Amino acid sequence: MSLISIHNLRLGFGKNVTISEANFEISDGDFICIVGANGSGKTTLIKAILGLVSPISGTIRFGDGITLTDIGYLPQELNLEQNFPALVSEVVLSGCLSKMHRRICYNKLEQQKMQEVLRRLGILKLKDVSFNELSGGQKQKVLLARALVSEPKLLILDEPSNNLDHESREGFYQILTELNRTKKITILMVTHDLDKKDLIGNKIVAIEGAEAKLFATEKYLGRFK
Amino acid sequence: MIEMFSYPFMVRALLVGVLISIPAALVGVSLVLRKNSMIGDGLSHIAFAAFALAAVLGLTPLWFALPVAIIASFLILKVGKSRKIYGDSLIALFSTSALAIGVIAISVAGVNIDLNSYLFGSVLAVSGTEVIISLIVAAISVILYLFLHHRIFAITFDADFARAIGIKTNLYDIAFAVICSLTVVVGMRLLGALLISSLIIFPTLIAMKLARSFKWTVIIAAIETVVAFVIGLILSYVFSLPTGATVVVTHLAILILVSILLCGRTSKR
Repeated sequence: MSLISIHNLRLGFGKNVTISEANFEISDGDFICIVGANGSGKTTLIKAILGLVSPISGTIRFGDGITLTDIGYLPQELNLEQNFPALVSEVVLSGCLSKMHRRICYNKLEQQKMQEVLRRLGILKLKDVSFNELSGGQKQKVLLARALVSEPKLLILDEPSNNLDHESREGFYQILTELNRTKKITILMVTHDLDKKDLIGNKIVAIEGAEAKLFATEKYLGRFK
Repeated sequence: MIEMFSYPFMVRALLVGVLISIPAALVGVSLVLRKNSMIGDGLSHIAFAAFALAAVLGLTPLWFALPVAIIASFLILKVGKSRKIYGDSLIALFSTSALAIGVIAISVAGVNIDLNSYLFGSVLAVSGTEVIISLIVAAISVILYLFLHHRIFAITFDADFARAIGIKTNLYDIAFAVICSLTVVVGMRLLGALLISSLIIFPTLIAMKLARSFKWTVIIAAIETVVAFVIGLILSYVFSLPTGATVVVTHLAILILVSILLCGRTSKR
């Protein structure tokens, strides 16, 4: 089943076209990595899917049973004030806002979901810790928890391995693979380095020469042999 | 000390000061944490120019300055986002130009305007209209925070994420800019154009030293600003000091005191 289908999508700012043509489908259960050189428009592509930038032309169609609120999002980098006062619990709970409608406060169910997702990621003990005291890997897990707490069907990650050392990167990828397999969460992830180890999904969207094309991961890797 | 409130102008000053301090502190938390706090400074200078121009043109200063400040706040926000000029340079450009225009306007208008009271504030300058406007602004911003504090947190922490999950961040930006303009314009006559923006910055900086969560930062900022204003007003009356400056120095004293106390506590660990 197709969750999102992208047709003749053209992206850019003003006269600068970053992606001249994108045609691909995101199917239920996919784990897609988006690769491409720096400045090729990987982030712009996912921002277009999230509705944060409007395309020059083309369409992004959401399939039956998925809306924007079913997407969990992990942005590239937070440009935070160094001493930003925020507890891990506050950060994670803010992921519930997409489904709160007019409610003012988080309810018990949301509190439980927050605890559950922290437990699943092995960071429950950080619940009442200040976000700015965490290490890079811990912060990334907290932001992943924020994206997961609303129980999304599709998870979109923008270069999650940035600022992670080799070990926490492997751990992080393991968590993603598991979410994809056991929780059946579809994943769309931008990776910035072309280390083959980073290409962990079943499909690749490669942005080459301003065109975004979909490959099966093995087929894509086969081209380099 | 109680006798000070037998003067109606002192009661008005107390009401406006407290009522304007709270919204200034509330929006201050978001502005400071998003590195937008200089918007308050820019607006106060623009409000000063608007007051001065109103005096020259024979308009009612408050009703002229309010829309001017609101429009200016939109401009600052919009141009700040376009990133063609750095936001802080742009605000500095706005403020100094506005200040210059204001000073020229006042000198053209003649000697019947007290430049000092505009720049540094005066308890005598507060009228009943300001009391009513500040009451409305305080009520709106407190209600806004009570109902929307989780969303305001999300926007302040990560605006992109907030937009991606469907929060209308533009509306909040506009609301912040309007509240900010209103507090600056209404509080300016009391605390002075050059001092009013401290009400936006100090409470948050002090609260951030004491709180670890966003929620408590907001609560402590709102309490601290009221305490500092009341102490400052009383001290200025007792020692015959200028009110605006005394309030700012009270904030500064609290900041230093809190820093020293916290420093002592961490070194014992």
